[in-house]
Amino acid sequence: MPAASHPPAYRLERSTAASRIGGILAALLVLILAALPFFGSSATMRTIVEFISLLTLAQMWNLLAGYAGLVSIGQQAYIGLGGYALFVFGNDLGINPFLAVPLAGLAAAALALPTAAIVFRLHGAYFAVGTWVVAEVYRLIIANMAWQGGGSGKTLTAIRGFSRWNRESITYWIALAIAAGTVALVYLLLRSRHGLALTAIRDSEAASASLGVNVFRAKLMVYVLAAFGAGLIGALVYLNLLRISPDAAFGVNWTAFMIFIVVIGGIGTIEGPIVGTVIFFALRETLSDFGTWYLILLGAVAVLTMLRAPAGIWGFVARRYDLRFFPVQRRVRLHDGD
Amino acid sequence: MYGWIDTILQGLLLGGLYALFAAGLSLSFGVMRLVNIAHGDFIVLAAFVALVIVQASGVNPLLAMLAVVPVMALVGYLLQRGILNFTLGKDILPPLLVTFGLSIIIQNLLLVGFSADTRKLSAGPVETASIKLGGGLAIGWYPLIVFLAAIAVIAALQLLFARTMLGRAFRATSDDQEAAQLMGIDNRRIYGLAMALAMAIVAVAGVFLAIRTTFTPTIGPDRLLFAFEAVIIGGLGSLWGTLAGGMLLGVAQTIGFKLDPGYGLLAGHLVFLCVLVFRPTGLFARTLD
Amino acid sequence: MSALLEAEGVAAFYGDFQALFGIDLEIGEGERIAIIGANGAGKSTFLKTVTGLLPLRHGSLRFAGSDIAGVPAHRLVALGIAMVPEGRRLFASLSVEENLAIGAYGRRPGRWNLGLIYRLFPVLAERRAAPAKALSGGQQQMCAIGRALMANPSLLLCDELSLGLAPIVIKDIYAALASIAGEGTTIVVVEQDINQAMAMADRLYCFQEGRVALEGRPGALTRERISAAYFGL
Repeated sequence: MPAASHPPAYRLERSTAASRIGGILAALLVLILAALPFFGSSATMRTIVEFISLLTLAQMWNLLAGYAGLVSIGQQAYIGLGGYALFVFGNDLGINPFLAVPLAGLAAAALALPTAAIVFRLHGAYFAVGTWVVAEVYRLIIANMAWQGGGSGKTLTAIRGFSRWNRESITYWIALAIAAGTVALVYLLLRSRHGLALTAIRDSEAASASLGVNVFRAKLMVYVLAAFGAGLIGALVYLNLLRISPDAAFGVNWTAFMIFIVVIGGIGTIEGPIVGTVIFFALRETLSDFGTWYLILLGAVAVLTMLRAPAGIWGFVARRYDLRFFPVQRRVRLHDGD
Repeated sequence: MYGWIDTILQGLLLGGLYALFAAGLSLSFGVMRLVNIAHGDFIVLAAFVALVIVQASGVNPLLAMLAVVPVMALVGYLLQRGILNFTLGKDILPPLLVTFGLSIIIQNLLLVGFSADTRKLSAGPVETASIKLGGGLAIGWYPLIVFLAAIAVIAALQLLFARTMLGRAFRATSDDQEAAQLMGIDNRRIYGLAMALAMAIVAVAGVFLAIRTTFTPTIGPDRLLFAFEAVIIGGLGSLWGTLAGGMLLGVAQTIGFKLDPGYGLLAGHLVFLCVLVFRPTGLFARTLD
Repeated sequence: MSALLEAEGVAAFYGDFQALFGIDLEIGEGERIAIIGANGAGKSTFLKTVTGLLPLRHGSLRFAGSDIAGVPAHRLVALGIAMVPEGRRLFASLSVEENLAIGAYGRRPGRWNLGLIYRLFPVLAERRAAPAKALSGGQQQMCAIGRALMANPSLLLCDELSLGLAPIVIKDIYAALASIAGEGTTIVVVEQDINQAMAMADRLYCFQEGRVALEGRPGALTRERISAAYFGL
């Protein structure tokens, strides 16, 4: 029998009920958080800055690995570079340290370009180890520079002119801005056609290349963006801590945390890193007395998650309850009649 | 002048140790396309196993190696069949992330068990004995032994792959694991045996490392990087290439170290990056992977 | 003549896609069977289920009286099933002789050995040290057949032997197959070349869209009936 003369009417939807409610809640949350310096404690603000730092790093790593298929275990290179850029701009060049934060991000992104030229020659697991080598190179170069404090590090003297409340509040607000900016950026990116391209690349490089997607350029863009994010966070973290050293700034622990957060939370989703960071912090608060055992547990949970529930906690929840707070897919809704 | 020749000789012999680090990594990648991020940590684990055996029995660590090898081989077999076999597939993420997690777990378990104190195993006078080459040059017996061991291991591996049924099974499984099953080859067992063999070599490398330098639970990742660099510099698919890669890396490090102690490791990494930029397939590549 | 392979109601899926819808098939010892059908009819899929590379969703599969559904592929060689896969699938990093040798990994006792294989296919002896992929298509096919024979199977499955080969080469290969069958090995050939299939087979099955559409002796089937079954008319 021939089909009906009209094709079924449909409309493309993006937002879901959950995302609409979530949007309102998020707006309220942002208002409360922005006002925190006026009624909250220093400790709370520091914790929130730390939370935002890890969340942003996790989101960047998620973008790299979960969307662009670039598994990097060397993002600490850009955290360290961002941190040290803050000190160079602030201490050595006399720039306002708060202004130096975004500049540090740019510096990291600038260095990511020649780095990518080298490191993109490797693929898959070899690319991953290559990024680690690069991070080590940056660490060793800086550790050998006496004018940057060598192996023992240095203090952020540029901050001395500011009152304590000013310093803490402005650092805090910068952190909030970074958090909001990153979430918005990642969400918008993945909604755009660049995001579609990335998802296509993740699913099949060969197929997407044959469809005209410039795979190299897409990957490069994500790599530089992730470097920018990591650089921003590096500057933020050491603005918060006021003291930097090469081993801390370029330590692979950063990558360990990023990976654990994303794996446990749920790779390849926007909500995943958020869930993962919350769990990470919860674990840290409850287990902070246990030092090494905490890391062992984290590692074990990540390994088990990867083996048993590779989509992570959010992946499991989303699939089970069909929830999306950050809808990036387009859903087709069919209409009857009309 | 002799100082430089001496430095280069030391670097060349150091390449033997690096080739031993790399051989296991190369093997597991060749057979199963698996890069074990915890590879360096297993080398350190082997060193601590040797430590335990030496402390308990008082034997020379070189002799203890005879016990460390089967222990690590068993660890490797169980690791592969119990965990890593389940990560193999088209996605590169699971094996990378699981082995990364294992790396963190091993390092921290070792820290809990042995603390961060530096350790070293002593093999006796052979560590400092040297052979006079004339003209003021000398090479140490110990580095020479390690280098010769590396050659022996690589030669044995080549023989295994080229002449034995197991080696043929390794190659066949690597080429086409489904067709290999049609031949009666059990992939899971083959992968387990490959990892057992890789860990056996790791055991040898770990004991040699423990005698040569001081070690702590956290030096694993650097060993992974050296192993990796030796493989890439030498070129994928060639074990002798890996030896050459290790030697080049060793020389770069010893020369760098001689110029300034802070530059030793950096020089090695920079040479690696140079090879990556100017000859990405490595010096002696055989397979294009 | 006892049944060597019995398939009853075999259904198989690739993910959510059903490829076989209840195949009933019986092969007796010493028979030469041809399975014909268009692309996508399920012929190769069926061979995959027999060799354990694809699990059965429903139905049963018995070999020499015992249930083989769910037995992993690498254990079926030891039972006596060997396959010459579609596209040869020789091991690229092994030489011709090594490819043959690895066929004996399953190590079943029997008459086939390197010497006999080289007598069957003399060209392989000449090129024994060459890398397997350096051979011509026809020679690779011979190597793949030899490799399967080294396992001394009682059931030899051949998937698309003639694909991409010149007619004269195909003739040689089928002549070799005839002598292999003459030794008592049960042979199943999946073929797109109907003439070749009808010339060598005692019985043939025609698959169409995952089902057995026709079965019978070549002499008893007319061209019309075969075409109808083949194309599903």
